[in-house]
Amino acid sequence: MTVQELPGAGASHRPTPPPAWRPRTDAAPLLPDPEPYRVLGTEAADRLDPALMRRCYAELVRGRRYNAQATALTKQGRLAVYPSTVGQEACEIAAAMVLEDQDWLFPSYRDTLAAVARGLDPVQALTLLRGDWHTGYDPREHRIAPLCTPLATQLPHAVGLAHAARLRGDDVVALAMVGDGGTSEGDFHEALNFAAVWQAPVVFLVQNNGFAISVPLAKQTAAPTLAHKAVGYGMPGRLVDGNDIAAVHEVLAEAVRRARAGGGPTLIEAVTYRMEAHTNADDATRYRGDAEVEAWKAHDPIELLERELTARGIIDEAGIQAARDEAEVMAAALREGMNADPVLDPMDLFAHVYAEQTDRLREQAAVLRSELEAEDQA
Amino acid sequence: MAQALTRAMRDAMAEDPTVHVMGEDVGTLGGVFRITDGLAKEFGEDRCTDTPLAEAGILGAAVGMAMYGLRPVVEMQFDAFAYPAFEQLISHVAKMRNRTRGAMPLPITIRVPYGGGIGGVEHHCDSSEAYYVATPGLHVVTPATVEDAYGLLRASIASDDPVVFLEPKRLYWSKADWSPEAPAAVPGIGKALVRRTGTSATLITYGPSLPLCLEAAEAAREEGWDLEVVDLRSLVPFDEETVVQSVRRTGRAVVVHEANGFGGPGAEIAARVTERCFHHLEAPVLRVTGFDIPYPPPMLEKHHLPGVDRILDTVARLQWEN
Repeated sequence: MTVQELPGAGASHRPTPPPAWRPRTDAAPLLPDPEPYRVLGTEAADRLDPALMRRCYAELVRGRRYNAQATALTKQGRLAVYPSTVGQEACEIAAAMVLEDQDWLFPSYRDTLAAVARGLDPVQALTLLRGDWHTGYDPREHRIAPLCTPLATQLPHAVGLAHAARLRGDDVVALAMVGDGGTSEGDFHEALNFAAVWQAPVVFLVQNNGFAISVPLAKQTAAPTLAHKAVGYGMPGRLVDGNDIAAVHEVLAEAVRRARAGGGPTLIEAVTYRMEAHTNADDATRYRGDAEVEAWKAHDPIELLERELTARGIIDEAGIQAARDEAEVMAAALREGMNADPVLDPMDLFAHVYAEQTDRLREQAAVLRSELEAEDQA
Repeated sequence: MAQALTRAMRDAMAEDPTVHVMGEDVGTLGGVFRITDGLAKEFGEDRCTDTPLAEAGILGAAVGMAMYGLRPVVEMQFDAFAYPAFEQLISHVAKMRNRTRGAMPLPITIRVPYGGGIGGVEHHCDSSEAYYVATPGLHVVTPATVEDAYGLLRASIASDDPVVFLEPKRLYWSKADWSPEAPAAVPGIGKALVRRTGTSATLITYGPSLPLCLEAAEAAREEGWDLEVVDLRSLVPFDEETVVQSVRRTGRAVVVHEANGFGGPGAEIAARVTERCFHHLEAPVLRVTGFDIPYPPPMLEKHHLPGVDRILDTVARLQWEN
């Protein structure tokens, strides 16, 4: 007997339709434009704010100098490791510039420049990478979360902090930074989902610099762009030229404004390029060719801005020189700070594990103390 | 016990507006075990929040909330569902105070219903305490009585350090003549308690195995054994002095827990007791634990879980003769 032959089959039976269903929101306004948003070299540059752009320029030059100095310190053995942001300075600096004092920055290990641009002493920003302690500053004092090494795990923190601030009625926005590789991690997805459900005042900035150590974006994701990922969570996705500081600043500032006004989170993908290796332990020639690097060199964030500002008479040779001089002052201070050998107290190993030391730790601290005393006597 | 836990959160929330309860199903439903029953109604959904279903996200968001000055109380619905949150727990919750040299402590309480004996299906009965106690920076506590459920949870929420609060599922329905209004000895974190005094040997235990050990101690009287029972209440910090003093008095010790034996908390406790009590011991420190197997299906769990007979058989082995 087939189904058709069953008693009552066919005749007048009509299946009950499923309950009415419709999408919860219109996806179209959330979708990013297919081309990264640009300002420099376009008509949009007509409305540039000269004062803001001069500041951006000075910060970019200082940022490039910071990158060069930190890389040099690695070669001298003063830093254990340095993940360079040469080529990505526009993203780092714009991220710091769009935040108010009360806002919070959640940087990844690569984003020391953003922390410096937010006003953190470069020596303090590099403490983790120097190896003298994990975090060289009080996060609450600077509203900068500790540099985060495990990928994307700082993103849920940004969401929780922004949510808590809103519950308390405080005007606080959190800006969380992550790389293209980090968007594959579970914490990235959970953070975006929580932020959208809670309508938390958070801005997620993905710096798509082309590679997660050696793995290119094509092997990282099959999404049209990383900004498209926003739609699935119900937040706007924005795509921006990460080397165009005017564009990054504008897109980030708009997202921060929206978050502050209660409009919820935004995901921004800044398309940029890591000009140097992942760190000094990496050999970039194994996974990418010179032609690609050269093509991006022609799209350098500092040169892009310098050309535009010079052509428009917003900056002149004296202004450029002033920015370089300012950068040299920062570099000299950084060298000096780094050349002073840090004095570490080994007993600090036990000082901050718990609010109150446990008996176990007191016992172990005593072991170390006697070892140190024996060393002193030897 | 369930009501004592609810009451502890309720009282803490009423006293301190920074206490926030969060997790999957904790709001409208009141939690799958109803431990958060009524909190959303009394304090609003902003204070007792149904979160999206994602443990790393729940704990990660709690980290951010604690960074901003709140005291989140996070519910991980079941022991084995907490595992996705391990990276947040180990890399951030446990280390944030240390990473920031004391500048940013995280007062988060992580409630984890744990252990078996309730006929739960796979992934609902793990005894996961060994993972937590192996992570510096976390406190790990587990109540075995109704009174301690209230007192320890209040102490955990008040702690400036993160606390993994392990709730023995099979004791949720245990009853006691007790109310939080009654003057009660509220234990601080890190204090063990001698639940039964005895002279022939010490049973060292915690959480779900305490009632079992007390039962075994009664039964052992017939065999001429007068057993002392120590309830650890806190695995980290470990109250070594209470344990050591007891074993030095009795000269014999058995550690009892239902978590797997190899690498379990009992191994550490046995080692510490041996180091501190060697000359007082009449026999090696023995352990009664769950077998070293993945948690078995409900119909077989009675064979895996330590029972009174297994404890008594082990106590008999303390009659040590070379």
